[in-house]
Amino acid sequence: MLESQFVMREEDSREVHAVIERLAVDARARGVFIVDKTGQLIGEAGEMTGIDSTSLASLAAGCVAATGGLALIFGEEEFPTHYHQGERDNLHITLLGERMILLVVFDERSSLGLVRLRVKKNGPELARIFEDARKKSDANAASSGSPFADITDEDIDNLFSH
Amino acid sequence: MSFINYSAKEINCKIVYYGPGLCGKTTNLQHIYAKTNPDVKGKMISLETETERTLFFDFLPLALGEIRGFKTRFHLYTVPGQVFYDASRKLILKGVDGVVFVADSQIERMEANIESLENLKINLLDQGYDLDTLPYVVQYNKRDLPNAAPLEEMRRLFNPTQVPDFEASAATGDGVFETLKAVAKGVLTNLKNMGQSSSSSDARS
Repeated sequence: MLESQFVMREEDSREVHAVIERLAVDARARGVFIVDKTGQLIGEAGEMTGIDSTSLASLAAGCVAATGGLALIFGEEEFPTHYHQGERDNLHITLLGERMILLVVFDERSSLGLVRLRVKKNGPELARIFEDARKKSDANAASSGSPFADITDEDIDNLFSH
Repeated sequence: MSFINYSAKEINCKIVYYGPGLCGKTTNLQHIYAKTNPDVKGKMISLETETERTLFFDFLPLALGEIRGFKTRFHLYTVPGQVFYDASRKLILKGVDGVVFVADSQIERMEANIESLENLKINLLDQGYDLDTLPYVVQYNKRDLPNAAPLEEMRRLFNPTQVPDFEASAATGDGVFETLKAVAKGVLTNLKNMGQSSSSSDARS
């Protein structure tokens, strides 16, 4: 199997949130979201509370996957940045390393240039945090530190009992 | 690839429903969506054509409850079954934790089932997965139809390794939750096994 699981520790999560909260302010964004390529939401910051971020994560991953497929047709490895322009909101999508996707939602209070600049500045730091988290996750898996190692069949059955 | 978030105390797993066109993958998700409490499910997304054929995927997030203080969430996906959407099917399998193969029981769909199962194996291998080690269940759908093939024949064709399998009629809901429960249990058992052994060699439920 490729990668069995990805574990995000509290300290990694705090680091990620510190960066995306700063990015949301600096880029004057409505929202900043980190999604992994399988469609899981990793973190969010900004003023877009109440948005259906689970759907957003799944659709963003689908969008990036489809765009990656298009890139291959043209002989490109990836299209690492895409931009969707709306009447009110705009969406800037950037790949962070091998695994993560950074989405920045912004309106007329910001501009594409500012968002690009801030993403360029903060993207490598986020990629570094996730790379470190991945290494820790792999090392932890090797030393069998999963919180699910001790679950029982009864625990699993109980999930389905209601 | 499951995602364990210690900060949010939650674990997310991805389950993919695979099978030939019109076998009932979307109907499975629609039944789960219709019969699940609102506090357990998220919004169901269907990216479909104007004729209601799946174009890219259906998506349904479910929160099953807590295990050892961790919220357990399952993200259910379907793939587009039609043969020419193969590129999309490959993308959706990325990061999968468990697979349901939905076979269409109608005799005239046996070839389509065989082709789809072969396609599943190839696409999983492309992503580095092996159907023999991934949590996997088989559903024989449309058992209520008069032209359904004999169950033993379908088992021989589509379940030679004897993974958990279920007769179903997704349109009426028969067998739908049994199938979901089995694959979810397989995924969680796999997580448990991975935690106990770094080699994670015994992944089957």
